[in-house]
Amino acid sequence: MRIKAKLLGIHASPPLWLKSLYVVLPFVLVIAGYALASYFYLEDNPQGKLIPSFGKMWAYFWGFATELDTRSDTYLLWADTATSLIRFGTGLLYAAVVGLLLGLNVAMFPGFRYLVLPGVIALSFVPVVTMLPILLLAVGIGEEAKILFIFLGLVFIITRDMYAAATNVAPELKIKALTLGSSQLALAYRIVLPMILPKLLETVRLNLGLVWVCLIVGEGIAADSGLGYRIFLFKRNSEMAGIIPYTIWITLLAACLYQLLGVVSEVRYPWRYERGIIARSLVAIPELVFQAFRGRQS
Amino acid sequence: MNGNGSGLNPKDRQIHAEDVYKVYPGREGPKTVLDNVNLRIARGEFVSLVGPSGCGKSTLLRLLLGAEEETSGSLYIDGAAVEPPDPTRGIVYQQYALFPHLTVLGNIMLGHRLSLSFLEWHRRKDEIRAQAIEYLATAQLEDHLNKYPHELSGGQQQRASVIQALMKSPKVLLMDEPFGALDPGTRARMQTFLLKKWEETGKTIIFVTHDLEEAVFLSTRVVALSQFYTDERGDEAQRGSRVVCDLRVGEVGNAASSKSKEDPAFTKTIERVRKFVLKPSHAWHLEQFDLSHPDSFHTPNNGGSKQ
Repeated sequence: MRIKAKLLGIHASPPLWLKSLYVVLPFVLVIAGYALASYFYLEDNPQGKLIPSFGKMWAYFWGFATELDTRSDTYLLWADTATSLIRFGTGLLYAAVVGLLLGLNVAMFPGFRYLVLPGVIALSFVPVVTMLPILLLAVGIGEEAKILFIFLGLVFIITRDMYAAATNVAPELKIKALTLGSSQLALAYRIVLPMILPKLLETVRLNLGLVWVCLIVGEGIAADSGLGYRIFLFKRNSEMAGIIPYTIWITLLAACLYQLLGVVSEVRYPWRYERGIIARSLVAIPELVFQAFRGRQS
Repeated sequence: MNGNGSGLNPKDRQIHAEDVYKVYPGREGPKTVLDNVNLRIARGEFVSLVGPSGCGKSTLLRLLLGAEEETSGSLYIDGAAVEPPDPTRGIVYQQYALFPHLTVLGNIMLGHRLSLSFLEWHRRKDEIRAQAIEYLATAQLEDHLNKYPHELSGGQQQRASVIQALMKSPKVLLMDEPFGALDPGTRARMQTFLLKKWEETGKTIIFVTHDLEEAVFLSTRVVALSQFYTDERGDEAQRGSRVVCDLRVGEVGNAASSKSKEDPAFTKTIERVRKFVLKPSHAWHLEQFDLSHPDSFHTPNNGGSKQ
């Protein structure tokens, strides 16, 4: 049998070169489209800020990365990145720890469940952005507000997922642990906890996008440093040449973090994965590209 | 809790279940699964529980394990009323044999690790490790110490699971269709392995299976439960399972592994049990039950009323 389809249908089987082309094509089209739009736009209004050229954006970005800002005595890009990542990490860490413990205890101890779960569910329905004004009034515009904002955005999602994960641990295994001499606390913290840790990492990984939203919005509304603050500052000056490279930079950070957590999960929890996947993810290239090249191995 | 209407002392045998009822709430009204079940089991016996699908043999096992509570009746192990799961009873399931996040060695040592204090564990770690490896060697698993369960075959997982349970030296080993998912060859090897372990340790084993040949081959006693029988309650009554057949099929301490599956007596025993556990065209009446085992006993049916 020869499969003729190269693009359409469930049997489509394009050769490697064509697959690679498919993967690259959308990116090339977008970039080329932008370049053209920018060219014609700048031809009409050379002082326009809306669709800057690649050269201008690069120069702008490079300036932020390598030129010392005299006012703050820092390299702004790196200072912004560091500030943001610290807020990001702190909020995430608190949310992960609290969410894990809440979810685990809610799942394991019925009394605790009745006491806590309805409240958690109620709070999880509050759209997190609506909490921001309350937070700002309540704790001011310091670091705490932004970290708390990230924390609140994430903690209930993690609690819910950890509750589900701990509940889904087979009751047979829980009973078995008890017959092996586990106390009730040990069952929760020494058996079920390690079994749901990979799920925690996965939940965090899949919700990184939400964390970024909380971070950028928080910084955009009340901050004097950080990537979000910078973007909104650019916006106030209609400086698209700053916004676009910063956005791409944040996207790159997000993608790297996403990949990194995937690799950590696979290396740290080999029992969750069949052999061979670790090697795959260590390559850490975007998954689409990997998909394109997988045909060669199988 | 019911009193002991039979007048038998629950301390006479290691396991004593009397007048046990288990009723589950259902959409079409309560469903009685166990209906006046009485069972006494002596120490060191290898008892197989058999019966048609849905007869509650696994339910009875879970009651003995303490994973579920009886609706009424009483269950004792070593003279004490059954409590929630603890190390007095080991359990081997068909699935969920091992903890997926621990290596084989980690799984085997888990029992000690959980029950010893931090300091004690570190003091005795080497000794426990040596014991675990020795046990694993008897199950031909010594080359797989650091593998995770998903890297083992089904038979290897079940062997490890039996070892895991035996490491804690439970008084009673409960097994819920442990070999049900294995291919015939592996299954035969597992049976030999289990008999060897049973003879070495002298543990009381309660073994749920739906395979009569396996039951008669392995055990010293076969207990059949069935919901298909008639009694004085009339045709419309919704009946739960009772013990319908209770036979001695081997001697404790006398190597059951010497049984031959070709022996005509072996086949005859199987047929004797089979007529009770296949959904019978003829529902046997209460008085026709084959309760010839000396430990078998009766209590009057009280309809499962709570007292």
